[in-house]
Amino acid sequence: MTKQHASRQILLVALAVVTLLTLAASIRYGAIDFRVAEITRALASLLPGNAAPTLDQRIFLELRLPRAILCLLVGASLGIGGTLMQALFRNPIVEPGLVGTSSGAAFGSALFFVLGGVLHIGTSLWSLPIAACVGGVISTYLVFLLARSREDGRASIVMLLLTGLAVNALFMSAIGFLSYIARDPQARSITFWSLGTLSGASWKAVEIVAISTIVGALIALRYAKQLNALMIGEEEATYLGVNVNRLKWIILSVNVVIVAVATAFTGVISFVGLVVPHILRMMGGADNRFLIAGSALTGATLLTLADLIARLAVRPAELPIGIVTSAVGVPVFIFLLRRRQYVF
Amino acid sequence: MLTAHDVTFRVGNKPLIAGISVSFSPGKLHLIIGPNGAGKSTLVKVLARLLRPQAGKVEYEGVDISRAPEAELAKRRAVLSQAVEVAFPLSVREVVMMGRYPHFGGRPGPEDEQIADEVMQHFDVTEFSERNYQTLSGGERQRVNFARVLAQLWRDGANETTSTCRYLFLDEPLTFLDIRHQIDFLKKIRTFTDAPDVVTVGVVHDLNLAARFADQIVLLNEGRVVANGAPGEVLTAERIQTVFSVTPTFVPSEHSGVHLIFN
Repeated sequence: MTKQHASRQILLVALAVVTLLTLAASIRYGAIDFRVAEITRALASLLPGNAAPTLDQRIFLELRLPRAILCLLVGASLGIGGTLMQALFRNPIVEPGLVGTSSGAAFGSALFFVLGGVLHIGTSLWSLPIAACVGGVISTYLVFLLARSREDGRASIVMLLLTGLAVNALFMSAIGFLSYIARDPQARSITFWSLGTLSGASWKAVEIVAISTIVGALIALRYAKQLNALMIGEEEATYLGVNVNRLKWIILSVNVVIVAVATAFTGVISFVGLVVPHILRMMGGADNRFLIAGSALTGATLLTLADLIARLAVRPAELPIGIVTSAVGVPVFIFLLRRRQYVF
Repeated sequence: MLTAHDVTFRVGNKPLIAGISVSFSPGKLHLIIGPNGAGKSTLVKVLARLLRPQAGKVEYEGVDISRAPEAELAKRRAVLSQAVEVAFPLSVREVVMMGRYPHFGGRPGPEDEQIADEVMQHFDVTEFSERNYQTLSGGERQRVNFARVLAQLWRDGANETTSTCRYLFLDEPLTFLDIRHQIDFLKKIRTFTDAPDVVTVGVVHDLNLAARFADQIVLLNEGRVVANGAPGEVLTAERIQTVFSVTPTFVPSEHSGVHLIFN
């Protein structure tokens, strides 16, 4: 254990370094490339006593930088969300997008966007993420309610995935309907939500997503040991002193909140949560303490790479990031489905 | 001392065990036998508080356990089940260390590491301590789980001579083992139970193993206690005939005094 523990520590440090390198690439390259000197000057302009930023520097400070940081945070949220869902269901092919959380959250945000203006609901900083959370809670709850067997009240993985598919389709068509009835400028952003994009990044968004990601990660880490015990079964975990029902509620809530808040600002980004825990398990085993910390870093790195691709592939225009993650994630998902020796 | 008072557990309207009162004392090996559906496994789960009875109560040393916090209970009660499946690739050592989870907060301390080493040695699993649990055979897995369960109840005699008992439950742990491992396990359980503060209650299927290893046998049928006492008193031809619907022949045996053959 101690040897394994040490090698996992080294792995986490290496992952953190890789995350920082991708972050550096992400702030440097895009529709316009910034030179390092320019970046330093832009950052320096924030310090008191220095000259006000130029236009280029403001583009960097107000568009590029918040986007890169939001991308890290959202990636971390989705990575942690995937790890938590897989631990909770003791199954390596679930992720937040597959059990309805993301599409519900996207619907909540879209509904708020369309109706918020009409009904003059207070548009405080938090109303959009709250609307997303409500949507995420409803859709996730709906999936669990419908997937539960009538005999023993348990949800099998097959039922969960199929029900998730149906509920996703339902909420996606609801989003489609909203974009159909919406007036034009709204409609564009709704379409973007169902595909996933980071183009709406702002410092406000960074602030809110940072709070939910960090709080969520800390709570998740606190329950990592109990999630480990769950790996050997619910009964066995109970015998090891875990209150399994309470654990399920806490983990599901954390998961819905971090995923919904991220979705509120970026739309549906699938497959990051599915792929990330697998990569980590291959490198460092299944201990959830390692997986939660590692999936935050790896999720951040992967999403940043995807965002770089989305920005550079058709430059100076950009692709919705959800298209990139799905293009990579779907083949991986199918590979996992076909290879797995796990029992459904 | 473990006592069940008039315990009933129902699913829907169907009682799986009904009005069971029985007590088990430390230092002895108690085995529950009975035909399929007699409620053996249910009784063990109620005694270990995985299931909560609708009527009656279970007491550890005279204290009702229905309100004991899960984490506290786990420090002195452990259950060995049959065929534990692990959902993800874990090393043998990681699985064994789970037995220490109730005893440490964040990371295992040196004492936990030492206990893990000792129990792994005791069950001959040290050589594959770094192997993936999922790749082990049924017998190897059960050895690992037994090590885990004993790690949970392990006490260093010197510094922890508390008055509280430790409770070990065996929920049909021998089901998927071959005969050599069955006997080997029961011998180890026997040895562990010799400690004066260990209460052991288990379910086994093989009447001969029960007769050979148990100090006390509880015979269940249709959710009720039919007989309770020393193996020689409980296992009579007439009772076995009524409860199991097979006719036994008793053959003298040098190990257990008597051996049953079924016709």
